[in-house]
Amino acid sequence: MSTTTEQITETSKADTEHHHGPAKGMSRWFFTTNHKDIGTMYLWFSLAMFMTGGCMALMVRAELFQPGLQFIEPDFFNQMTTMHGLIMVFGAVMPAFVGLANWMIPMMIGAPDMALPRLNNWSFWILPFAFSIMLMTLFMDGGGPNFGWTFYAPLSTTFAPPSVTYFIFAVHMMGISSIMGAINVIVTILNMRAPGMIMMKLPLFVWTWLITAFLLILVMPILAGLVTMMLMDIHFSTSFFSAAGGGDPVLFQHIFWFFGHPEVYIMILPAFGIVSEIIPTFARKKLFGYSSMVYATSSIAFLSFIVWAHHMFTVGIPLMGELFFMFATMLIAVPTGVKVFNWVATMFRGSMTFETPMLFSIAFVVLFSIGGFSGLMLAIAPADFQYHDTYFVVAHFHYVLVPGSVFSIMAGVYYWLPKWTGNYYDERMGKIHFWLSFVGINITFFPMHFVGLAGMPRRVPDYALQFADFNAISSVGAFLFGFSQLLFIYNVVSCIRKRNQASNRVWEGSHGLEWTLTSPPPYHSFTTPPKVD
Amino acid sequence: MTKNVYFSVKKQLRLFAQLWVIVLLFAVSKANADWQLNMREGVTEISRAVYDLHMVIFWICVAIAVVVFGVMLFSVIYHRKSRGAKAHNFHENVFVEIAWTVIPMVILIGMAIPATGTLIKMYDSRESDLDIQITGYQWKWRYQYLESGVDFFSSLATPMAQIKGEEPKGEHYLLEVDNPLVIPVGKKIRFLITANDVIHSWWVPDFAVKKDAIPGFINESWTVVEEPGIYRGQCAELCGKDHGFMPIVVEVKSQPDYDAWVKQQQLAQLEKAKSAEKRWSLDELMTTGEAVYLKSCAACHQASGEGIPGAFPALKGSAIVQGDPAAHIDIVLNGKPGTAMQAFIDQLSAVELAAVITYERNAWGDSLGDIISPSQIAKLQQ
Repeated sequence: MSTTTEQITETSKADTEHHHGPAKGMSRWFFTTNHKDIGTMYLWFSLAMFMTGGCMALMVRAELFQPGLQFIEPDFFNQMTTMHGLIMVFGAVMPAFVGLANWMIPMMIGAPDMALPRLNNWSFWILPFAFSIMLMTLFMDGGGPNFGWTFYAPLSTTFAPPSVTYFIFAVHMMGISSIMGAINVIVTILNMRAPGMIMMKLPLFVWTWLITAFLLILVMPILAGLVTMMLMDIHFSTSFFSAAGGGDPVLFQHIFWFFGHPEVYIMILPAFGIVSEIIPTFARKKLFGYSSMVYATSSIAFLSFIVWAHHMFTVGIPLMGELFFMFATMLIAVPTGVKVFNWVATMFRGSMTFETPMLFSIAFVVLFSIGGFSGLMLAIAPADFQYHDTYFVVAHFHYVLVPGSVFSIMAGVYYWLPKWTGNYYDERMGKIHFWLSFVGINITFFPMHFVGLAGMPRRVPDYALQFADFNAISSVGAFLFGFSQLLFIYNVVSCIRKRNQASNRVWEGSHGLEWTLTSPPPYHSFTTPPKVD
Repeated sequence: MTKNVYFSVKKQLRLFAQLWVIVLLFAVSKANADWQLNMREGVTEISRAVYDLHMVIFWICVAIAVVVFGVMLFSVIYHRKSRGAKAHNFHENVFVEIAWTVIPMVILIGMAIPATGTLIKMYDSRESDLDIQITGYQWKWRYQYLESGVDFFSSLATPMAQIKGEEPKGEHYLLEVDNPLVIPVGKKIRFLITANDVIHSWWVPDFAVKKDAIPGFINESWTVVEEPGIYRGQCAELCGKDHGFMPIVVEVKSQPDYDAWVKQQQLAQLEKAKSAEKRWSLDELMTTGEAVYLKSCAACHQASGEGIPGAFPALKGSAIVQGDPAAHIDIVLNGKPGTAMQAFIDQLSAVELAAVITYERNAWGDSLGDIISPSQIAKLQQ
């Protein structure tokens, strides 16, 4: 195998010299159809949104540092929580995964580029416009969306600020972008694999993304339908969600969560993939159960479509419905458990080293599991009556999204950065970034379990005195986590600029086609397909 | 590795497990109210059943965590390259895979059975002794006793000065209301929960009752409270600007105290109706009107009457306020469909309505000098 891959690297090098490289100046970025350029833009965009959404979270935490209203008014507080959620979900986490998919999928399956390069350009360039529209609403009369990222009707229709129409338009644009991105991923994976790269040899990151892409195609149109129904209610006198006109506010929640629950897995399945790449590399040992990982991912994807009403245990669905959704939700613990057990079994009797990507991955496994445990608790419907819409839920989903999705993205960036740039990042600074983030998020989110159980509802700008101490601690943690991300940015930027030549393998234990390319890889990844045996 | 190493490994693992248990025991102790860490057990049979479920699933999670994280920590400590560990290249083991699929399944089934039992009990709202309709409004609760006809609104009693930090905060900051819900002890109370505008959620942790209040729907829930006392909760569903400021207070009284309270409420309602017949002066109406305005109108239209541009219209200088009184009365009594403007016809008494409309027409330098009389409103209310 090694001789073949070396030859291939040589040929791809030769090919780049003959081929055109990137265009000069700004037009490179506007008109590019190159998967790496587009991936880079996705990642920078995601970082910008991560910092924007982060600033909003810090405003929320500043207000909640003490009881009473200190800095911002309740209505603006609601706008901040809403925008923080929308931006982190649609602007930070999802584009970051698409960026990683763009960079890595062609390189991992032995393709020169994505299958649909022009579509690729378009799906990225929609995003800056969509988010400009969304952020613009903050400066309009009546302010931006203030109805929570779940935008339940009728608060988001009859009782919404006038800017809600812009919000609807922005969501439509994000949906178009996601659907096109997903189509591109599916077409690329199904058609552009190198000879010998059968499905059951695909790297797990590619597998999880393939399943994620199907989820995206299935649910983004539902979200589009939902916001269109809102638009009709607001401007064209329909009453889909207005009881006064014979409509049904609960219908909104059913549709939203039929989109929303698979959406949650859209934000975690690629994370599973990234971690499944990184742990074997640094444990210097094959992933324990490759095929069971694939089956577990598929089961999670299937289950995600039949559990949506566990977000709605308190809306008054009939007993039988409540029981069905409780059982189905508990079932998710099984394939998720299989994944965690597989990662642990991979580490067991390995030969581990703890570079920054591995640190983030280990933290992912532990802290995501904690989020999984609180998820299992939330699945118990009678207990959910106490947990629902409290800070316990806030703690739960931040544990799966921050040390879950966000840590996996950071792990992936550290892991592949030397491949992308051809330079090693500063390992010491990476480790400091990890430890500050790890301590920061735990200080922020762990106390939220306590205040939630003690009875603090979510989405409130002010709270009773008994919650004061833990809220103060949470706020301190949030600022620590937020500011430690500046280290990450500094490390990435200096890694791009400095010269600290990385080898082609980059890591001692790395496996897979992407490591057979040069660091940085040629502009068109594999111009002649490698042979996989 | 030698035997010795393994022994110390065991020792360390045990130490680690003990440490976890200590940390978690600390986590569930309820020594200090300000550092309350766990769910309240509450004062009903259901709330205790829910608490038990919560604790069982919590300890199951802890047990799984100790095993999984224990193995992981063991590997992190002993299977590291710097200690000279060599990777054992084993993978794919069908037996192990089946085991870690089946064992969690069994645990889950064990958990589902008691949860199902409790849920069935929670859904059985038949044969109630007392029915109370609860309606969520932006941002207050209305309680209507279907049997005795008692009907009132309940809103936040914490003064704005405490919220703004101009006064020290009281003991029940944000968890106090003007008129609490009053129920008798030991009786099965059925709550019929709905909403007037957006979705709210009625939650009292000590009863383990949380049910969404949805416009156009009537949800059912019930409770039997075993000890008299005052129990506090909050709206749990984001319902707009003042979602954080619509608490719930339930006073549970003994049966005789409760009966006396019902009598007194009924008398007070008669009293209120009578006072509409009296002749009110402009000054009297202005004083009452200002109080009503601050309580029922200022959240949106602001104390200055200037509203919030783009969200809530200004009353100061508005065409409706300065124009024909009939139009002004109409919008206050019947609201404006499709907007946040509620119909106040049932929410306020004739006196309160007359006073607040009079106040709006004469405050903020608009001084039209006209008086809206309570008797005029009382006629419209019939």
